[in-house]
Amino acid sequence: MKLRLKIWRQKNAEAKGAFASYDLDGVSPDMSFLEMLDLLNSRLVSESKEPVAFDHDCREGICGSCGMYINGYPHGPVPGLTTCHLSMRYFRDGETITIEPWRAKPFPVIRDLIVDRSAMDKIQVAGGFISVTAGAAPEANSNLVRKHSSDLAFDSAICIGCGACVAACKNASAMLFVSARVSQYALLPQGRPEAKERVRAMVEEMDRQGFGNCSNTGACEAQCPKQIRLFNIARLNREYYKSY
Amino acid sequence: MNKILFSAVSKKFVMALAGLFLLLFLPVHLGINLMLLGSDPEPFNNAAHFMATFPLVKVVEIVLILAILVHITYGLILQIQNWRSRPVRYAVRNKSETTAFSKFMIWTGGSVLIFLVIHFFNFYFIKLGIVEGDPENFYSVAHQLFGIRGYVILYWICFLLLGFHLYHSLQSAFQTLGWSNEFWKPVIQVISLIYAIIIPAGFAVIPLVIQFVK
Repeated sequence: MKLRLKIWRQKNAEAKGAFASYDLDGVSPDMSFLEMLDLLNSRLVSESKEPVAFDHDCREGICGSCGMYINGYPHGPVPGLTTCHLSMRYFRDGETITIEPWRAKPFPVIRDLIVDRSAMDKIQVAGGFISVTAGAAPEANSNLVRKHSSDLAFDSAICIGCGACVAACKNASAMLFVSARVSQYALLPQGRPEAKERVRAMVEEMDRQGFGNCSNTGACEAQCPKQIRLFNIARLNREYYKSY
Repeated sequence: MNKILFSAVSKKFVMALAGLFLLLFLPVHLGINLMLLGSDPEPFNNAAHFMATFPLVKVVEIVLILAILVHITYGLILQIQNWRSRPVRYAVRNKSETTAFSKFMIWTGGSVLIFLVIHFFNFYFIKLGIVEGDPENFYSVAHQLFGIRGYVILYWICFLLLGFHLYHSLQSAFQTLGWSNEFWKPVIQVISLIYAIIIPAGFAVIPLVIQFVK
């Protein structure tokens, strides 16, 4: 495959960035999107040019590092996939692909496609935990949890904190991320004792970081690579009201 | 205290409550407006007189005006914060799947506000004596207005936009108030759709019938 890549290049947080175009041939449809960028970078290095900086770690879709905005979609146009799982077979030969970093006030660009997502870590630190040492898995019948609650808690706990919800939302709202974190604890008995403090602290921190407000468009749900559901936001709201 | 009143969740809560109150008021208003379809001006004028003089309605009227002001103020605050939260826009437009109506709430809401201002000039300001007109015969005022083609077209456009606004409003209010889940969401969506069609269509059909009968 031959591609034309339009990639956001920015030296550092203070520098003014701009798009740079690269023609890349020899791309295999079997490559992942990150492997395609690796190929580009190896070419750039061989030409003594600065490689494109992008975040990546596990390349297994579980670490949440590799977020980038591809042709108008966070993590690219295929639903339920992270950028590292996005295969090049989803693109046409000769296609122009525009790659941008996440755009949100709380996510300043560090370099090229890498943004500082520590704002989400701060929300997590504010309340996304339980204060007691829960120990090993308890005996299954000692603390009964409804199957439905357990499933919902798991479905929200699979959030990888990649920031795609913020990137997709027209308001750069982090409500889906916060709601997933709040839900995973709120639905289980271990999370209930600190439920009030948790939801208040996390919402407060979310506001402090400068994220936008939810306007219930559902873009976050549509673009979440882990397909976290919008109902979590309704649960977050309920938990917040109950906390007062 | 500020944290409770002005958190991202609280602002939406206030906005949703004010909006829900306005959603409850619309069918009442439509019910009164439907009296314009009769050839006898008495029922409509009596209803208008009752709404203008009955003490309990006076209280509701104050709550209604407060709800409108709160809904607009909070809507603007939220929107300005939202615009500010993404100072650098994407070069390629966001293609995420969302309902079109949800993206343009500030604009459809703004259009409804423009109509409200015109509406206030037509009726509320007559009642207060600020502009000229017969406050005892709103039936005649309404019929005269519905005789102006330009006004009727503007009226229809505004109610079409109100319909777009209402469709997202109702389901959004349920979600914001925490009353949405996997089971209820499709039900709420159907109710929102029915409400968003019936209410604006009910208002829009009145000038059409008046013109047709004439």
